[in-house]
Amino acid sequence: MRTLGDAQALALPARRRRPLTAIVLFVLLAALPLAVSLGLPAHWLTLVTRAMIFAIAALSLDLILGVGGLVSFGHAAFIGIGAYVTGIMITEGQTEALLALPAILLLCAVFAAVTGAVSLRTRGVAFIMITLAFGQMAFFLAQALSAYGGDDGLTLSDRSTLLGFKPFANRTSFFYVVLGTLAGCYALISVIVASRFGRVLRAARENATRVTVTGYDVGRIRLIAYIISGMIAGLSGFLLANQTEFVSPAYMSWQRSGELIFMVVLGGVGSLHGAIIGALTYLFAEEVLSHWTEHWRVIFGPMIVLFVLFTRGGLVGIMGKLGGRSDG
Amino acid sequence: MTTSLLIVQTLNGLQFGILLFLVAAGLTLVFGVMDFINLAHGVQYMLGAYLAVTFVSLTGSFVLGLVLALAAALLIGLALEFLVFRHLYERDHLDQVLATFGLILLLNQAVKMVWGAAPLSVPVPEFLSGSVRLMDGILYPTYRFALIGAGLAVGGLLWFIVEKTRTGMLLRAGASNAAMVSALGVDIRKLFMIVFAFGTMLAGFAGAMAAPILSVEPGMGDTVLILAFVVIVVGGIGSIRGAFVGALIVGLVDTLGRSFMNDLLRLFMSAPSARATGAALSSMLIYLVMAIVLFVRPEGLLPAKGRS
Repeated sequence: MRTLGDAQALALPARRRRPLTAIVLFVLLAALPLAVSLGLPAHWLTLVTRAMIFAIAALSLDLILGVGGLVSFGHAAFIGIGAYVTGIMITEGQTEALLALPAILLLCAVFAAVTGAVSLRTRGVAFIMITLAFGQMAFFLAQALSAYGGDDGLTLSDRSTLLGFKPFANRTSFFYVVLGTLAGCYALISVIVASRFGRVLRAARENATRVTVTGYDVGRIRLIAYIISGMIAGLSGFLLANQTEFVSPAYMSWQRSGELIFMVVLGGVGSLHGAIIGALTYLFAEEVLSHWTEHWRVIFGPMIVLFVLFTRGGLVGIMGKLGGRSDG
Repeated sequence: MTTSLLIVQTLNGLQFGILLFLVAAGLTLVFGVMDFINLAHGVQYMLGAYLAVTFVSLTGSFVLGLVLALAAALLIGLALEFLVFRHLYERDHLDQVLATFGLILLLNQAVKMVWGAAPLSVPVPEFLSGSVRLMDGILYPTYRFALIGAGLAVGGLLWFIVEKTRTGMLLRAGASNAAMVSALGVDIRKLFMIVFAFGTMLAGFAGAMAAPILSVEPGMGDTVLILAFVVIVVGGIGSIRGAFVGALIVGLVDTLGRSFMNDLLRLFMSAPSARATGAALSSMLIYLVMAIVLFVRPEGLLPAKGRS
C-alpha cells in the first residue's frame, strides 16, 4: 500500500522553490525587446534567444541530473534529433511545425526509451560512459546522412511555419516564442518535480534501495524521467534549427553534451531556475571570451576546472550516493 | 580477392584494438584503483603523438624521439595530477567529469596554439618501413606488425606486473578496497601516483606509436577516449583482462564492419542505398555491439573481481 506519505518521508526536504526568482527572470527577459527598441544593440536579442534555447535543454537535463542524480553525457543527441527532423522536413518541402513537432517528440521518446533502457541497467560511471557512447552513435549517424549534408551540415532553405503563419521568421516574435516555450517547460518540469513522481525520483537519488523496498519501481520511474527529459531537449533542437537556419552533426557533439552539464552545474544542480541562469551565464561568457580571442577555450577550460575545484556547486552527495565505491 | 582483404583487414582491426587497449588499460586502472573517471586521458594520447612529432624531427631518430616523447608525456601527466586530479579523487563523479572536461578544452586549444590546427605526421622509421609478405600477393606493412608486437608486449608486461609483483598485488588490493590497503600501512598516495603515471605512459605510448600511421591533429584524443570508454564498458570496468578482450572486439568489429558492410548489404539492396546504409550502420556498429552486450550483461563481459 503506497501512500503519499511514503514518498514524502523518503525524500529529503526539497531545495526551497523560489518561483519569485523565476518570475523576475522571465519578466526581465520579456522586457528585452523593449530595451532593444530603446537602443540596445539588436544582436543582444539573437544572443539571448540562443541562450534561452540552451536553457530549455539545460532545464530538461536538470530533471534527470539534478533531481534524478543521473549524469547523462549524451544529452546533445536529443537537441540534434530535434534539429535534424526540423531540417530534413524543411529540406523535403514540409515547413509545418505541427507536423515536425510530433515527429520530434516521438523520435526523441523512442531514442530515449531504447538508449535509456540499456543505460539505466548500469549505475555511476558506467552510466556516464554509456550515455556518452550513445550520444556519439547519434553523432556518427548524422555524419553519415550524406543526403542531408553529412559532415558539413545542412543549410535550411526556409524556417518552419505554424498553420501557415510565420512566427519564427521575425526576430522579435521568435524571441517571444522561445521565451514562451522556456516558461512553459519551466512550469511543466516544476510541476513534475513537485509531484509524487518527482519526489520518488529525488528519493531514488538519495537511496534507491529504500525506494524500491517501499514498492516503487525505480527503474521505470527513472526511464520515464529520461524520456520526458529527452523530449523537451528535442524541442530545443527544433528552436535551434529555426534560429540558425542550419543543422550539423556538431549539434550532437559530446563537447556540447559536456557544456550542457556545465550549464546545469554552473547554475546549481537541481534548482530549475539555476539551469536557466547557468545557460544564460555560459552563453554570455562564451560570447565575451570568443570576441576577445579565438583561443577562448584556453581561458574557459581552466575556468571550469577552478569552478569545480573551488565551488561546491550544490553537488554534494548526488553521485557519491549513487555511484560510490561499492555501488551500494 | 576477398580472402586477402579479409586477412589484411583482420590484422588492421587487431592493430586498432591493440592501440585501444593501451589507452583503455590506463583508464580502467585509474578508475579501478582510485575510482576516478578521467576524461583527460585521451589528451595524454594526443600529447604522446604531438610530442613524438616534435622529438622525432628534433633528434632525427624514431626510437630516441619516442623515448623523449614518453618522458615528456609523463612529466605533463604528473604535473596535471599534482595540479588538478589529486584534488578530485575524493569528489563525486560529476565533479571529476566536469573538471577533466575543462582540461580537455584547455589542452585541445593549447595544442592548436603550439602546433597549429593542420594535421601533422611522423615518418615511419627506416628500419620498419618495408612490408612483410604473408603469402602470395598479400603484403602487410612491417610497422603495423611492430605496433601489434609492441602492444602485445606491453600488454604482457602489464599482466605480469598486475598478477605477479608486489606492486600489482597492491594495485589489485587497492582496486578492491583502497581504504583497507591504506589502513594496512601502504602509502596510498604513492600508489595512486604510480598507477596514474602508468596509465599516462600507456596512453602516451599509444599516441606516439600511432603517430606514423595516423594523422596527428587536435582532438584526436577525444575519439580514442570515447572508444576506450566503449571498450571498458564492454569488457567490464576496472578489469585489465576485460579491457583487452573489449579492445579486440571493438577494434575488429569496427574495422571489419567498415570494410565489409557494403558488400554484405548489397546482397539485399541496390548499390547506392547499400552505400548510404553501410556508411551509417558501420559507424554505429560498435555502439550497437555495446548496447547488446550491456543488455545481456550490464557488468560487462569480464567484470573485475572484488568490485560489485
